[in-house]
Amino acid sequence: MQSDFKKILSQSIAFWTFRILSLVVMGILFSILGFIFVKGIGVVNWDFITQMPEDGMTKGGIYPAIIGTLCLIAGSMLFAFPIGVMSGIYIFEYTKDSWYRKFVQLMTANLAGVPSIVFGLFGMALFVNKLGFGDSILSGSLTLGLLALPVVIRTTEEALKAIDNSYREASYALGASKLQTIKRVTLPMALPNIITGLILSIGRVSGETAPILFTVAAYFLPKLPTSVFDQVMALPYHLYVISTSGTNIAESRGMAYGTAVILILIVLILNIIANIIRRFLTKKYKTN
Amino acid sequence: MRLLLVLVKLLPLTVIKKVINKIFEGLLMFSSTITTLTVLLIVLFLFKEGISVFKESPLEGENVIVLSNQNKVSHLTSVEVKKIFDQETTNWKFVGGANDSILLFTFNDLSNYFSEEELGPAFEFLPNKMDSLIEANPGIIAVFSKKYLDKNHKSKVATIDNISPKTFLLGKEWFPTANPAVQLGVLPLILGTLYVSIVAILIALPIGLATAIYIAEVAHPKIRAIYKPVIELLAGIPSVVYGFFGLIVIVPLIQKTFNLPVGETGLAGAIILAIMALPTIITVTEDALRNTPRSMKEASLALGATQWQTIYKVVIPYSASGISAAAILGIGRAIGETMAVLMVTGNAAVMPHSLLEPLRTIPATIAAELGEAPANGIHYKALFGLGCILFIITMIINIWVETISKRRVNR
Repeated sequence: MQSDFKKILSQSIAFWTFRILSLVVMGILFSILGFIFVKGIGVVNWDFITQMPEDGMTKGGIYPAIIGTLCLIAGSMLFAFPIGVMSGIYIFEYTKDSWYRKFVQLMTANLAGVPSIVFGLFGMALFVNKLGFGDSILSGSLTLGLLALPVVIRTTEEALKAIDNSYREASYALGASKLQTIKRVTLPMALPNIITGLILSIGRVSGETAPILFTVAAYFLPKLPTSVFDQVMALPYHLYVISTSGTNIAESRGMAYGTAVILILIVLILNIIANIIRRFLTKKYKTN
Repeated sequence: MRLLLVLVKLLPLTVIKKVINKIFEGLLMFSSTITTLTVLLIVLFLFKEGISVFKESPLEGENVIVLSNQNKVSHLTSVEVKKIFDQETTNWKFVGGANDSILLFTFNDLSNYFSEEELGPAFEFLPNKMDSLIEANPGIIAVFSKKYLDKNHKSKVATIDNISPKTFLLGKEWFPTANPAVQLGVLPLILGTLYVSIVAILIALPIGLATAIYIAEVAHPKIRAIYKPVIELLAGIPSVVYGFFGLIVIVPLIQKTFNLPVGETGLAGAIILAIMALPTIITVTEDALRNTPRSMKEASLALGATQWQTIYKVVIPYSASGISAAAILGIGRAIGETMAVLMVTGNAAVMPHSLLEPLRTIPATIAAELGEAPANGIHYKALFGLGCILFIITMIINIWVETISKRRVNR
């Protein structure tokens, strides 16, 4: 009886410790979100997201930074999405356990582990200086696209892996070619998961600062870009600038909170959309 | 039209199909090479620029350091030059010369010695004047541009070593824009990076492991369903937002708690990095714990073990390699993190002694200084050298994690 009691006691001590520590994690997240939202939500209004910054970025809005970030998202996804998905398909559907597959997977894992500042250095050396794109949306988008590429590839691979082989075999048995099978069977089935991964990688791209520091981001540029060779402001860089080295840090605090709220909202909304799409498309597929 | 029909009849449909298939396959294969290509290009560009720092002299621009011919010293290291010009070293005997005090001469001192007429309107008499000045003062050390060196100079030009891998990696001073000789010792930056990252993991690991065990083994599925998106969100928040939060909340808190002159310290960086490493640690550990075969757990429970005994005697040992992979991966993430660390650690490039002092990491240095370093200058190349070091560290970590997870699969 004694030892039984001990066992149960140690179990409940351990489990309560885990429970409390995991609540700490929850607490950290919600205190960060709560703090920034409470301080910043008052700043965010229609003018804030549609006006140019004024008075040394202490007043006005963050419109050019929002547009800049949208340009970078669009540009990087235009590059990373098709290449990433095609690459994922090739790795999973065409290379069965060969050395090539292992090699490419290793390289993809390595690329995923490269720190974002190294992408910044690389983007500067290759796109800005070597290829002569200068500080531009093009340079920034390509750098961010390369950063997002491993995520898209891995998501595609995982999504394809989740599909039972019997579907592929059934398709082959009906006389379909490999390409037809991919187009008609595997890709549609994998699409919900691929799209979810894509949306989550948009979240990541929208918040990255280090890769755009030297490839595209402008300190202060109160006009909209007209071509892919223009510099733009970007939300994360804007937050960095006005919270550390702006012209008047104390007075631009409100703007900083507001920018942080917008950045978090983007991630939050993308997460929610990803989850909804995942559910919606999975359901739709099942009823078919 | 008819021709096309004939062509289609001639070419069996399967052939056309095959050609199209091949084209698509080629396209797909090309896509799959992009990541490899990128890794290779990163290596190429980073190392090309980074290694070229070792061909550079630490002296700025076209400058030379000139000594009197009577001076026994003819070779100086970059550290010695800095100490002499900072007036920390004031006698030649400390750098291997005779017992004679050191007289500094830079271009700013020119008017103390010569009038404008003596030098001529375009400084045409300067080389000659300089040479005789140096010969008249055996203790002088003069730094000026190479073009003012007399063609038949009697004085001697001190030799200075180029930046070597040894002084680069083990040098303790980082003054990339110092005059007349830059100091490119990255040891404080490497130690600062490792220091902050390891403390961050020591904070994050217990919390992360506990949460992972709770989610994987203890929590009710409904609670698990709440935790998962929360952790996804925690991973999704941009690093600059974490940095901002650290700057506003954690930095003042540390300053107040420890009564410090500044709150931007290594500790602030470690705390923020710990928070940022949590999602990685939790997800990877949870995956590892879930991979424990159900039969093993059930066997343990059937033998009368409690759930907790099963966890620490069966589940944790079984997933030990996965858990260590999580810790290493967490360190890797922390080492590479830039913005948050840049914003909260105070960025003082000194050898780190305590967590309650400002320090500086490799990524933060690159981010803070690359904007001001002129392209292809020595500072620029040194920052690429730092990028190489960072790349190598993270590469080693990636491969390490890869081998650990392979071990797990093989078992």
